[in-house]
Amino acid sequence: MIQTAATHLLELNNISLSFKGVKAITDISFRVAEGEICALIGPNGAGKSSLLNVISGVYQAQEGHIRFDRHQRRRQRAHDAAVQGIARTFQNIALFKGMSVLDNVLTGRNLKRRSSWIEQALGIGRARAEDDRQREAAERVIEFLHLQPWRDVPVGKLPYGLQKRVELARALAAEPRLLLLDEPMAGMNAEEKQQMSRFIVDINRELGTTVVLIEHDIGVVMGISNHVVVLDYGRKIGDGSPEAVRQDPEVISAYLGTRH
Amino acid sequence: MEFFFEVLIGGLLAGVMYALVAIGFVLIYKASGVFNFAQGAMVLFSALTFVSLLERGVPFWLAFVISLAAMALMAVLVERVVLRPLVNRSPITLFMATLGLSYVIEGFAQALWGAQVHGLELGISDEPLELGGMLLSQFDIFAALTAASLVLLLSWLFNKTRLGLALRAVADDPLAALAVGIRLQRVWVVVWTVAGFVGLVAGLLWGARLGVQFSLSLVVLKALPVLIIGGFTSISGAIVGGLIIGASEKLAEVYLGPFIGSGIENWFPYVLALLFLLVRPAGLFGERAIERV
Amino acid sequence: MFYREAGQFSTRYAQDRRVFALRQDRHGLAALLLVAFVVVPWLGNDYWFSAILIPFLVLSLAGLGLNLLTGYAGQLSLGSAAFMAVGAFATYNFEVRVAGLPLLLSIVLGGLSAALVAVLFGLPSLRIKGFYLLVSTLAAQFFVTWALTRFSWFSNHSASGVISAPPLEVLGLNLDSPAGRYLLTLTIVVVLFWLGKNLVRSELGRNWMAVRDMDAAAAVIGIELAKTKLLAFAISGFYLGIAGALWAFAYLGTVEPHGFDLNRSFQILFIIIIGGLGSLLGNFLGAAFIVLFPVLLSNLVALLPGGLVDAGQVENLQKIIFGALIILFLIKEPEGLARLWQRFRQRARLWPLRY
Repeated sequence: MIQTAATHLLELNNISLSFKGVKAITDISFRVAEGEICALIGPNGAGKSSLLNVISGVYQAQEGHIRFDRHQRRRQRAHDAAVQGIARTFQNIALFKGMSVLDNVLTGRNLKRRSSWIEQALGIGRARAEDDRQREAAERVIEFLHLQPWRDVPVGKLPYGLQKRVELARALAAEPRLLLLDEPMAGMNAEEKQQMSRFIVDINRELGTTVVLIEHDIGVVMGISNHVVVLDYGRKIGDGSPEAVRQDPEVISAYLGTRH
Repeated sequence: MEFFFEVLIGGLLAGVMYALVAIGFVLIYKASGVFNFAQGAMVLFSALTFVSLLERGVPFWLAFVISLAAMALMAVLVERVVLRPLVNRSPITLFMATLGLSYVIEGFAQALWGAQVHGLELGISDEPLELGGMLLSQFDIFAALTAASLVLLLSWLFNKTRLGLALRAVADDPLAALAVGIRLQRVWVVVWTVAGFVGLVAGLLWGARLGVQFSLSLVVLKALPVLIIGGFTSISGAIVGGLIIGASEKLAEVYLGPFIGSGIENWFPYVLALLFLLVRPAGLFGERAIERV
Repeated sequence: MFYREAGQFSTRYAQDRRVFALRQDRHGLAALLLVAFVVVPWLGNDYWFSAILIPFLVLSLAGLGLNLLTGYAGQLSLGSAAFMAVGAFATYNFEVRVAGLPLLLSIVLGGLSAALVAVLFGLPSLRIKGFYLLVSTLAAQFFVTWALTRFSWFSNHSASGVISAPPLEVLGLNLDSPAGRYLLTLTIVVVLFWLGKNLVRSELGRNWMAVRDMDAAAAVIGIELAKTKLLAFAISGFYLGIAGALWAFAYLGTVEPHGFDLNRSFQILFIIIIGGLGSLLGNFLGAAFIVLFPVLLSNLVALLPGGLVDAGQVENLQKIIFGALIILFLIKEPEGLARLWQRFRQRARLWPLRY
C-alpha cells in the first residue's frame, strides 16, 4: 500500500485540552494513516481517553485543530463526528441497557435512514424497504461478530465480555471510516482478548476500517497495531512503529519500566 | 414606596415558611438521596395528630411530643418498607415510590381524622404590628423568628456535634460512611425524625395560618421550586430559595395580578424555577453533576 | 400444550417484525377486535358503555400518550392532564368557532394544539435532565389550568365556566348514544394505538429508548437529541390532547378545567407505572385497573357485614390501596402488569411442564 501524506485520514495538530485549569492534554500532534491500526498507550491518567473524546467531539479542545478526511475543525460536536464517519466504543460500556442486542446494533445505523418518522409511523413510502435493508445490515454485523445467539436478549442481561462485543457491533453498524476503541479488552481474560484482537484485525483487514485504540496490554498492542503513539502526563513521548517505540528510551523509562 | 416594602416583607416572611418546609426536603435528600414527595402528607399527618390531640384536651407540649414520636415511628416504617427495598434504584423510581407513599399517608390521615378543616390556635394574635410606617403581621414575624431559631439549631446540630458529622458523612458517601462504622439505619432514622420535627413545626405554623387541611400538601409542592433555586442539598440554599419564591410570588400577585389576572401564585413559582434552571441547571448552591463517559 | 408454537417460522424480515409472531395470537387479536366492534355495541348496556368501557379506552389512550414520553423517551412528566385539557378546550373551540368543521378534524386539530403546548413546555428538556425536568411539566399543569379558567374566551364566555360538549356527528351519523360514543372512542383508540405501535418499533422509538437509557451515548452515535426529545413531547401531547377531547366529549359530555387537575396527572402516571412503562399492552392493563378497581372495591365493601367499613371511608381505603400498590409494583415488578402478563404467558406456553 503506497502511503503518501495525502492518505492520512486523521490529523491532530497541537491539540490542548484543559478542565478548569487542569491540563489534560498538552500540544499533541500526530497523524493516522487510512487503513492502519494505531494504538494509543500510556500510563493511567495520561490523557488517552480525553484525546479520544476530543476526536469524537465529546470534549472540545481549547487549542489546536483536527483534520478528519476533508473536514478541519477545532470544535466539533459529537453528532457531526458521527455524521463524518467516526464511531467509537467507551471505557465504561455505554450500551442502551433496556434494548435487545439487535435493537442496539440498529441504533448504530440511525444515520443511514432516509425515511422520516411519519413515513415509518404510517408504514408508507420508503419505510418498509428501508426497514429490511437496515435489518440486513445489522444482521451482517451481528454475524461478523458471532452475536447471533443473543440477538433478542436485553443487553443488560449479557455478561461483560459480550456487552463489549455488542458495543463494538453498534459502532461497526454505522459503517465508519474511523473506529475509536477505548480499552476494548479491559476486564477480559486471555482467551477473550485473543478473540477480540481477531475481531479488530478482521475489521481492519476485511472492511478497511481505520482503527485507533487505547490499550494497556502491550502484547496486544505489539501484536496487532501498525502504529503506536505514547502519551504521558498529557504529552506525546513516542510516535512510530511498534518496534521503534519499544526501543525508545524515553518511553521505556516513563512507561515500560527500566531494565536492570 | 412603603407599600412595595410592605408587600416585599410580607412575601419574605411567607418565604421563610416555605424555607422551613424546604429544609425538611433537603434533610431527607441529603440523607437518603430522594426527593420525598410524601413530605407534605407526612407534615399534614403530624399536624393533624397534633390538632386532634389538642382538641381532645391534651396539653400543648405533650401533644407536641406525641406528634413527634408519631413522625419518628412513620420514619422508621418508611425506611423499612419503602426505602430499603428500593435502594440503588433511579431517583425517578424513588420519587414515584414517595408519590405512592403520599397517597397512603393521606388516605390514612383522612380515614382517621376526616376531611374537615381543623382550626389551630397557637396563641399569637393576628393583629398587625406597625414597624417603620409599614403594617406587618405579628404572626409572620413570629414564624420568621421560629424558623430562624430552628435554622440555628440545625446548623449547630450539623456542624458541632458528632451526630452531625455522621450525617454529613452519610450524605456525602454512604458506602464510605459504612466502611468507617457509621450505622446507616440509625442515621437515616435520625435524619427523618429531625426532618419530621422541622416538618411538624412548619405544619403547625402553616396550619395556624390556613387551618389544618388538605391543601397543606399542595403548599408542600411549592417546596420544589424553592429547592430548584436553592439546590437540593443545601440548607442555606433552601432559605435563600424560600425567600426568593415567597417574595417574588407576592410581588407578582400584587403587581402583575391586575394585568394578567388573579391566582398567579399558583404557577408563578414554577415558571420562575424553570427559567432559573435554564440558566443554572444545578441551582444556586447545588452541586453540578459531572457525567463521566 | 394447547398453545403450539412449533413450526411457525419467519422467512422474511417483515414477518419477523410483526408484533404477534404466532398465528394463534393474530387470530386472537382479530377475534378481540371483532368482539369489540361488533358484538359489544350490540349486546352492551348503557352503564357499561358510559361508566366502564369509554373511560377505560380513553384512559388507555392517555396512558399511551404519557408512556411515549416517560416510558419510552424517559422524560418524566406531571403535566399530562394539562395537555388533555388543551386538547379538550381546543377541540371545543374549533367546533364552536369554525362553522362546518367535521368533528374528526376538530379532534385532530385539538390534538395538534396540545402537541404545540407540549413542545413549548418540553423545550427545557434540552437543557435540564432527569428529575429537575419535573418542574417544567408541573409549571405546564398549573399554568394551563389557570389560563383556561382565567380567560373566559376559552369557554366561549359561558357564565359558569362549564360548557357542554357539542353533538357528536361523524359523516352524518349521529353518535350521541352511549353505543355510538363507544364506537367513536374505540375507532380512534384503535387507530392511534396502531400508529403508536409503528412508532415505538421504528427508528424514532429506538432513538427514544436510546435517549432514555443513556443520552450522552445516543448523541455520540449520531442521534439528534433535540429533535428526538421534542418529537416525544409533541407526539405525546398529540395523544394526550385527543384523549382529553374524548374524555370531555365522549365520556363526560362537558368540558371543564377542574377535571384535568394535578390528581388526573397523577392518575395517568399511576396507570403507566402499574401497567408497565415502555409497554403498549400495559396502558390497557393499567387503565382497566384504575377504572375497575374502585368499582370492585365498593362492591366488596358492600358485601362486608354492615357498618364495618363506612361508605365514606371507601375513598380513603382506595387511596391507601392505590398508594400501597404503586410502592409494591415499584419494588416487585417495575415493569408492571404487562410483565406479569408476559410471565404468565411464558408459563402457559410450557404448561403442563414447568420449564
